Amino acid sequence: MKFSTETMLVGLAAFLALLGAGFAADQPFRQHAYVLFVVLALATIFLMRRIDFSGDKMIPLRADRPAGGSGEAAGARPSAAGGGGSVAYMDDVVRYGVIATVFWGIIGFLVGVLIASQLAWPDLNLQPYLNFGRLRPLHTSAVIFAFGGNALIATSFYVVQRTCRARLFGGNLAWFVFWGYQLFIVMAATGYVLGITEGREYAEPEWYVDLWLTIVWVAYLVVFLGTLVRRKEPHIYVANWFYLSFIVTIAMLHVVNNLSMPVSFLGAKSYSAFSGVQDALTQWWYGHNAVGFFLTAGFLGMMYYFVPKQANRPVYSYRLSIIHFWALIFLYIWAGPHHLHYTALPDWAQTLGMVFSIMLWMPSWGGMINGLMTLSGAWDKLRTDPVLRMMVISIAFYGMSTFEGPMMSIKSVNSLSHYTDWTIGHVHSGALGWVGMISFGAVYHLTPKLWQRERLYSLRLVNWHFWLATLGIVVYAAVMWVSGIMQGLMWREYGEDGYLVYSFAETVAAMHPYYVMRMLGGAMYLAGALIMAFNVYKTIRGDIRREVPMGGTQTLQPAE
Amino acid sequence: MSEPSNANPALDGARPELKADPIARGLLANHGKIERNVTLLLVLSLLVVTIGGIVEIAPLFYLQNTIETVTGMRPYSPLELAGRNIYVREGCYNCHSQMIRPFRDETERYGHYSLAAESMFDHPFQWGSKRTGPDLARVGGRYSNDWQVAHLTDPRSLVPESIMPSYGFLSQTDLDMRDPAAHLAANRDVGVPYTDDMIANAAADLRVQTQPDGDSSGLLARYPKAVVADFDGNPQRLTEMDALVAYLQMLGTLVDFSAYDPQENQR
Amino acid sequence: MDFEYQAMRTFADSWGLVAMALFFLCAVGFVLRPGARRAADEAAAIPLKED
Repeated sequence: MKFSTETMLVGLAAFLALLGAGFAADQPFRQHAYVLFVVLALATIFLMRRIDFSGDKMIPLRADRPAGGSGEAAGARPSAAGGGGSVAYMDDVVRYGVIATVFWGIIGFLVGVLIASQLAWPDLNLQPYLNFGRLRPLHTSAVIFAFGGNALIATSFYVVQRTCRARLFGGNLAWFVFWGYQLFIVMAATGYVLGITEGREYAEPEWYVDLWLTIVWVAYLVVFLGTLVRRKEPHIYVANWFYLSFIVTIAMLHVVNNLSMPVSFLGAKSYSAFSGVQDALTQWWYGHNAVGFFLTAGFLGMMYYFVPKQANRPVYSYRLSIIHFWALIFLYIWAGPHHLHYTALPDWAQTLGMVFSIMLWMPSWGGMINGLMTLSGAWDKLRTDPVLRMMVISIAFYGMSTFEGPMMSIKSVNSLSHYTDWTIGHVHSGALGWVGMISFGAVYHLTPKLWQRERLYSLRLVNWHFWLATLGIVVYAAVMWVSGIMQGLMWREYGEDGYLVYSFAETVAAMHPYYVMRMLGGAMYLAGALIMAFNVYKTIRGDIRREVPMGGTQTLQPAE
Repeated sequence: MSEPSNANPALDGARPELKADPIARGLLANHGKIERNVTLLLVLSLLVVTIGGIVEIAPLFYLQNTIETVTGMRPYSPLELAGRNIYVREGCYNCHSQMIRPFRDETERYGHYSLAAESMFDHPFQWGSKRTGPDLARVGGRYSNDWQVAHLTDPRSLVPESIMPSYGFLSQTDLDMRDPAAHLAANRDVGVPYTDDMIANAAADLRVQTQPDGDSSGLLARYPKAVVADFDGNPQRLTEMDALVAYLQMLGTLVDFSAYDPQENQR
Repeated sequence: MDFEYQAMRTFADSWGLVAMALFFLCAVGFVLRPGARRAADEAAAIPLKED
């Protein structure tokens, strides 16, 4: 493998980062440029150690190595002894992606438990870098973009190759997407801690990090589209529709929402292009569709491949999936204003947002039914296969949160739920339940396949993960319902004397026990993820735990 | 981007019963295209996801009644803007909203419900989405400067139930706004009506707002109602605490509600 | 502007709504028409063909 050009480019970029630090217009930019320099310098050293300086031409023995097309050889490895066999899939980048998913997942959950603890015990805030206000974006970005994003990129690369029976397009471009995305994550995360933020929820990175993500994202689109174009399967499988709409829509949302005017070319600070009410709706158009397309459409793509695969039967109704797809992507984009009910946003926009949010319930449940019914006639597999069980519970949580969402978008409900922990609970039943569980399912499905292992190290551990995660979510969501509704009711409670009963501080004090319990729910979820990391590690090593199979009594029954 | 192997459109590789289907020759042929042609799938899905955003967001920019007509709104003074940047930097929006909804309990607790006009110069908006702490849309003038500084430094010394982090380091950190004029100019580029006068005097205005003994007449002419004080109680230094408290003390104080007519601004 | 807004609003509440509903029904009918069953079944089997 030779990466001499790439190494030079990364080295040059490291030098430019150093220059950026030297000429920085403000202190945060200087610190951030130093971070970038260290990361890129380390990458350069790492790459240089891998360069084969002996040169292919000098040593004749190597000339007869299998020659791939220019730039195609890297990462090439024949596919597992699967049915097709003729196509050499590019799976190294998927392997890296699976490991990155597990890694960032644990970081994200850990920061989540930390900030949940800060709400319960404020002395855990360490000013200035580890204050709640700086760590909360770190948590949301780590779970959504680092954990979720890596899961999406890895699985989309895997699924698109299998369902198109074609190798990833663009050779090393896929590696650029992977490493470029990790760089984005590192820059975003360090930026938050250093106080570099645009102050827009779920779109906090500053302008130069946004520009970098745009470049990476375009490369991602090129790889994905190119693979679709060179497919050998006449039909584009529906999972790829979802992945494609996720990539395209996120590109659109990201570019529009992050339009801003930097103060200086070498400074961190920028001012957003829009202001006030327009800025608010643009932001929530983005914010809600980050949920709709990043956390829903992308993961539905995952569901439409991995659930049929794990259950070993085709999706319940392919035609329902087509209707589901178009209805979902059309309706979702309208729902943003429900984040701005009763604000200074004009009423007509609020009403429109509410109506479309309620309609959105239908395609969402269409998808849920399609996923669940794929198991019809094979429900018994749930007893023996905890991975499939994980996928099924994720679909159940998807159904639950896509019912709760439309309900909370009704203005009268929203008047109570908005600004409270209820919203936080809703988000987490979707994020932990749907996004997390389907990703865990995909990781468990992929790990033995990618590393060509007979099976996972331990299915019993998967079962432990399943129950820890499920209980963690239930605790979390239930506690947040109670605290959220209680908070909302206390804020609006009037006494007989006609005065408000509670001061704000009293409502904060009332939340303490719930914040403690919420932290425990999150800790259970984190514990499950740690078990997964151990299981994945052992599987990659090739260990297999000798254990009684799941649903153990089965062996005693006569063959069917 | 057409596919090499599938040059023949739509019905190629035609399954027999597909050809037998009477609709297949017409509509179905096109349907095959949608499913099989990558470019078309790309364009169609992009089209479908664009509609909602355009219909909802675009009118906000040209409908006259989106932003109410009010008196009193003005751009932030340089010090207030610096304070606002600290508010954004520290992620205050994660726990504090700046958007009072038109409910009896909220208007009693926080004051008049928020108008769109009140955030018309906010790049970015900071309405927030969560009230772990109270709304701050009208916190300006509600507490003294000393209270704000003491509360930011050690919240639980004043409000025992509070779970707010401490921000004492702001008093120890010099305000780093090397070129205030550049910040004002960047805001003007995105539509805030800063005048040449304001930009030319930005550096002086930044300082004079923390000097009660200085000549702040120019500042007050440019930025009516600006609060002039040595906010952090340390006249030697211009700190980030000065800026943040200056910003907090002007929040929600600009609009003259005695001249505001809700009926006129019905939306 | 106000007039334009009112006109658009009225249209959206009436004919626009009807047109969209009809389009949706046509699209559903089209996807579910009997002739498409086989094609859909074939597509649904794609993931199961190989690893």
